[in-house]
Amino acid sequence: MRLSLQVASVATAFIVIIGITVAYFLARRDCRGKELIDILFTLPLVLPPTVTGYYLIILFGRNGAIGKLVYELTGWTIMFTWYAAVLASFVVALPLMIKTTRAAIESVDKDLINASYTLGHSELETTLKVILPLAKRGIVAGAVLSFARAMGEFGATLMLAGNLPGKTDTMPIAIYSLTGSGEWSKAHGMVILLTFISGAFLYLANRYSKRII
Amino acid sequence: MGVSVEVRKKVNGFSLDVAWEIGNELAVLFGYSGAGKSMTLQMIAGLMMPDEGVIRIGKETIFDSSAGINVPPQQRHLGYVFQDLALFPHMTVSENIAYGANGTGKQEKAEKVQQMIDLFYLRSLERQYPSEISGGQKQRVAFARALIRRPPVLLLDEPFSALDNPLRLEMRGLLKEIRKVFTIPIILITHDVFEAYSMAERIIVYAEGRIAQMGTPNDVFNNPRTPEVEKLVSMKEFVRITPYGNRS
Repeated sequence: MRLSLQVASVATAFIVIIGITVAYFLARRDCRGKELIDILFTLPLVLPPTVTGYYLIILFGRNGAIGKLVYELTGWTIMFTWYAAVLASFVVALPLMIKTTRAAIESVDKDLINASYTLGHSELETTLKVILPLAKRGIVAGAVLSFARAMGEFGATLMLAGNLPGKTDTMPIAIYSLTGSGEWSKAHGMVILLTFISGAFLYLANRYSKRII
Repeated sequence: MGVSVEVRKKVNGFSLDVAWEIGNELAVLFGYSGAGKSMTLQMIAGLMMPDEGVIRIGKETIFDSSAGINVPPQQRHLGYVFQDLALFPHMTVSENIAYGANGTGKQEKAEKVQQMIDLFYLRSLERQYPSEISGGQKQRVAFARALIRRPPVLLLDEPFSALDNPLRLEMRGLLKEIRKVFTIPIILITHDVFEAYSMAERIIVYAEGRIAQMGTPNDVFNNPRTPEVEKLVSMKEFVRITPYGNRS
């Protein structure tokens, strides 16, 4: 439980920062290859978690493109640490943040942005004082959804972080091993808890995205 | 202080090619929707870039394609009122107006905002949000926000089109007052014949991206130079109404 919250919180923090940046770029900039970037970031939403996990191992594993470099420099590898669970949750939940935030930013009335420009405000000021405040509901809803998704991340996490008791056994993974070893009553409690938490987060996300100023 | 515009732009099969000049007066850009009036206004404000041309406000050149000059909208400091007013829904009346101020200190900014609130009869509405005030009040907030910086010219993109008649009259009166107090050129877009006739000191008639005629209201209404202009200025409802000036 604590580990799950810890992993999901850290992953969500990164998701919010990177998600808003990418979504802003996708919503406000016109450039070639923009949709390709969108597709690339959205893929983890539809790919089987094993495929996403596979890519992450290829990239970050001890012999992976990035992982090898890190290992040679520091002797450390992300594999089978709780950071790996964060990374897996981050990649899998990020598309939810990008999708909702992009839609929210795109729905901000263009005249309001132009008005801000004619009133002498730079693009950065306009973003901070007009665009983001008006897109706030979508952004918060996206963050809440991402957090819920990160809490429930299983497949990619298992591949990347493994199932080390006390180290990388987040709730979904613990449920998997408890069920495997026939400890139904323990699994039962966790399933209900996770269902309740996820439901509560969905409720929050709905409330936020629907309420109008 | 005046405004001179000479711009050309082709976009999606529509071609705009206009040149006009006004002094310190209230000029009305008049014509059917889609004739290029809004486009011209956006070019003056810097929200749309002409393919080529020159735009001057007073002595300052804000756009010149051959000299590579294109001052960004933030630095043109023009007053612009949008068709839907574009008040920020998450800011109060005061905050909306203050957003247009270029004051340095907090104190100075607050004083300027207070001045505009008094000038536009917005007292007691300072803490309200745009969704909580009436249509006429919203108009006044939009004007106050556009004028707090004391811009060299005021651009109005059909700000009265959504209002009902009595309110429209009130707003036209307000606009005349603004013209007196600020004494800056005002460029007003409309496709309302009565509004064009009663408000303008100069009328610039647009038709399909070109200027069909330019002159004083009497000039244009009494001597329409093309059948197109004649059709525009002889709309039925026009015969039923008296010019605003004769009412007061």
